[in-house]
Amino acid sequence: MQPTRRDFLKTTAATAASLAAAGPLSLDPAAQTLEAPGPSRAALDVANEALNAARSAGASYADVRVGRYRRQTISTRERQITGVNDGESYGLGVRTLVEGCWGFAATSTMTRAAARTAALDAIAMSRAARAVQKHRVELAPVPRVTGNWITPVRRDPLEVPIEDKIALLLATNEAALKVKNVRFASSSLQLLREVKTLLTSEGTSVTQTLIRVGPSFSVTAIDGGDFQTFEEELAPRGLGWEYVESLNMPGNAERWASMAAEKLTARSVEAGQYDVILEPTNLWLTIHESIGHPTELDRAIGQEANYAGTSFVAPPEKVIGQLRYGPPIMNVQADRTQEGSLSRVAWDDEGVAADKWLLIEKGVFKDYQTTREQVARIQKLTGVTRSHGCSFAESWNAVQFQRMPNVSLLPGPNDIGVDDIVKDTTRGVLIRNRGSWSIDHQRYNFQFSGQAFYEVRSGKITGMLKDVAYQANTPVFWSSMDLIGGPSSYWLGGAFTDGKGEPSQSNSVSHGCVPARFRNVTILNTARSA
Amino acid sequence: MAQTQPRRAAAADAVPLITRDQAKELADHIITLSQADQTRVNIVSEWSGNTRFADASITTSGGITDTTVTITVTLGRRRASATSNVLDEASLKRTVDLAIRLARLAPEDPELMPELGPQTYSAVNAYVSSTADLDPETRASAVQRAVNAATASGKPAGAVFSAGFLEATARATAVATSNGLFAYHRSTDAEFSMTARTPDGTGSGWASAGARDWGAIDPAAIGRIAAQKAVASRNPQTIEPGMYTAVLEPQAVTDLVPLLAGAFNARNADEGRSPFSKTGGSNRIGEKVVDERVTLYSDPTDPALLAEPFDNQGLPINRTLWIEKGILRNLAYSRFWAQKQGKQPTAPPLAGGLTLAGGSKSTEELIAGCERGILVTHFFYIRALDPRTVLQTGLTRDGAFLIEQGKVTRALKNFRWNESPLLMLNRLEEIGKPEPTTAGRMMPALRIRGFNFTSLSDAV
Repeated sequence: MQPTRRDFLKTTAATAASLAAAGPLSLDPAAQTLEAPGPSRAALDVANEALNAARSAGASYADVRVGRYRRQTISTRERQITGVNDGESYGLGVRTLVEGCWGFAATSTMTRAAARTAALDAIAMSRAARAVQKHRVELAPVPRVTGNWITPVRRDPLEVPIEDKIALLLATNEAALKVKNVRFASSSLQLLREVKTLLTSEGTSVTQTLIRVGPSFSVTAIDGGDFQTFEEELAPRGLGWEYVESLNMPGNAERWASMAAEKLTARSVEAGQYDVILEPTNLWLTIHESIGHPTELDRAIGQEANYAGTSFVAPPEKVIGQLRYGPPIMNVQADRTQEGSLSRVAWDDEGVAADKWLLIEKGVFKDYQTTREQVARIQKLTGVTRSHGCSFAESWNAVQFQRMPNVSLLPGPNDIGVDDIVKDTTRGVLIRNRGSWSIDHQRYNFQFSGQAFYEVRSGKITGMLKDVAYQANTPVFWSSMDLIGGPSSYWLGGAFTDGKGEPSQSNSVSHGCVPARFRNVTILNTARSA
Repeated sequence: MAQTQPRRAAAADAVPLITRDQAKELADHIITLSQADQTRVNIVSEWSGNTRFADASITTSGGITDTTVTITVTLGRRRASATSNVLDEASLKRTVDLAIRLARLAPEDPELMPELGPQTYSAVNAYVSSTADLDPETRASAVQRAVNAATASGKPAGAVFSAGFLEATARATAVATSNGLFAYHRSTDAEFSMTARTPDGTGSGWASAGARDWGAIDPAAIGRIAAQKAVASRNPQTIEPGMYTAVLEPQAVTDLVPLLAGAFNARNADEGRSPFSKTGGSNRIGEKVVDERVTLYSDPTDPALLAEPFDNQGLPINRTLWIEKGILRNLAYSRFWAQKQGKQPTAPPLAGGLTLAGGSKSTEELIAGCERGILVTHFFYIRALDPRTVLQTGLTRDGAFLIEQGKVTRALKNFRWNESPLLMLNRLEEIGKPEPTTAGRMMPALRIRGFNFTSLSDAV
């Protein structure tokens, strides 16, 4: 039986409540001190010019995005700086629909004349596309909206003095280098502020300021002929400088560095079948690759076939409400409203309000990620008549298309943590942090590694392992999940850059999860002598 | 092949690439704005036009123009840079000031090298107007030809689903320093790739081509090959994963061999972090590292590569032999590391294009010489597993086939593999004739003994 829209909302709300109870993520909403800026007069001027030109030239629909991106990166190794860069990119992109065909053009020349030319270029592309057209684009309705929004932060990371940032990174490296055998330490910060104004021919006008921070830390220890690297999983977040400070990188670096040194003495794993316990610092990426990507509707209908691939979660009419993804304890939520997350926004790049919905409920696949033009493909199957608001472009110079929201595994009802899972495990491997990752183009066969691995015997951690990777088939893997952590063990990881599309575009996305155990998973030994 | 006469794209008309004189004037002006001890200006001016399609419909089509300036300033031993694409006078001043402010705050860099003075560069003509002029109508027409060819060639399997991407790029780059260096280069790049899938969902094929010159690309041939592969790859069968002889088509070799580039970093080798490290703190230059039939080089002036003849500091890129007849000849030395070690600075391998020189045999001849093995179209999702051996993991995609007694006999399910491009080149059975696979790459087919296919993938 197909779920009704009402059931859908009910379950979404219920599970969301359990997530909200997870607590540790929350920043006090009153902490937001920055006011959301409105559109600049210059941005409105050129955007309106482009919009009017597109309409006059015959667009049945058009949207214009004016974006101003500021990106600062600071990277260090040991006691020196390897790069300080501050970049600004400003421009306009216009998308047009003519007889159901898309066209897009973008320019960094921010004059009315250039905006008009870009609009006419987009129209020319729409018209040229009519020569190869089997499907006509139809957009799901969206209410007209006006407003401004800013990522709630206490302190804009781009306003923090650069010397504070450099001092923090160098202090982090210095602490790491105290550890015996640790010869190399590197750390970096990636800080982004994106201001974009969207105008549509349907009357929507919104301006958003998105702020994101991405710290990183890595060390290498060398002894004899061996070297081992350890990277701490410092999740990038849609938060301000307060988040970077909360990580206490200088205070923790020695402990992180000792992991690399300890790996030098770790035992090489014996390949075989094990129960695998994945900490959230590792599992978030497995969720991203094996749930996030396969539930993208553009992949399921073949639009990514030439690049990122298609999906085993297809065709929609055979999987919605039918495909068993995992056990009943498995609930996976898509959410663009989650505090601190990378893909949190108020509206997407089509002016659709941020949404929260279940992709998988009690182990059964429920719904995809959608944009306005995708809604009609599945609305009879899901009963959902709105876009889930997944249309995004990485910059003013790229066309918006379907991108992943935050996709998270919701906590189980019993508030247990990773220690409880270890206690319950007879023979297993515990994996922490993300290592190498690879998955096939329909998202079946994957192989993931980690940064630290521990042998578990009779409910106890008995030693460190190295050269570990786990390899599995997505539906078999998720079906083998038999124990998951509760609300207090929930943690939000994420990727600052996730690639998809041609030309390839980058997207920032978070994934929350709890620790989980998977039974009888294949563990490989990745070591080979040269 | 016949091409319709391309017309200049409207976008390229409105904002042409920055010319040599304009770049020089802009760079000189920025240098005069800067009060820093040394200043470097990097300019990238770019136009691109793309057309994407799926299920016999163009899904997106775009045209983009942008010019970006990166200003790098040095104050004593402190250095920082700022980038902007807002090029009015006030913004340029602001960007210079920002770079200076960042540099003042940066600690001294003990490894800082002064900006370069005037250099001499090889002449490389990598700009072809048929690519720079590729307009939306011509692109749509090329897509139509590829889709038609795929539809015709895919008929034995029914109505094949096709999806693909065509992109033309024209780019001008310039580097200038306050020490008198100026370099300018223009290039174009056209890439067309296409996937065909059979309606029963069991077959998938792919083909691609890339060149500086759009005229060298045949969209109909790409559509035909993709569909033929899709038809042939239907109903794949299972064989046990394990070590098999593999015939890697040139595209598969292009996916794998350039991954060696990172291993050619001299500093990593000297510091004990590379497969080319020698115990005791030096490197393996002069040692045999792969089969003696392997020669790997970069050469921006090679007509088959036509790469940029300088790096972002303005350092000339010249022909470099990385591996000659199996012997490691060169590693890439940054300017700092070269000075420290008493070597010449060398740009990293991919900057000057990359050729794996080879023999004279075609892929078909490599197949004919194979008793039992697996033919691989290309690879997907390759990720590093172990930098000590350059070990990678990845998957086969869009056609893996069993070879028996010199003939392709049946389609196989895709495999995951764990293999090192370095170790693999020690298990070389046969090397084919290099061919252009994408702009700046010449790669042959290879027949490799004992390629490590580790598990099966259900993906089609």
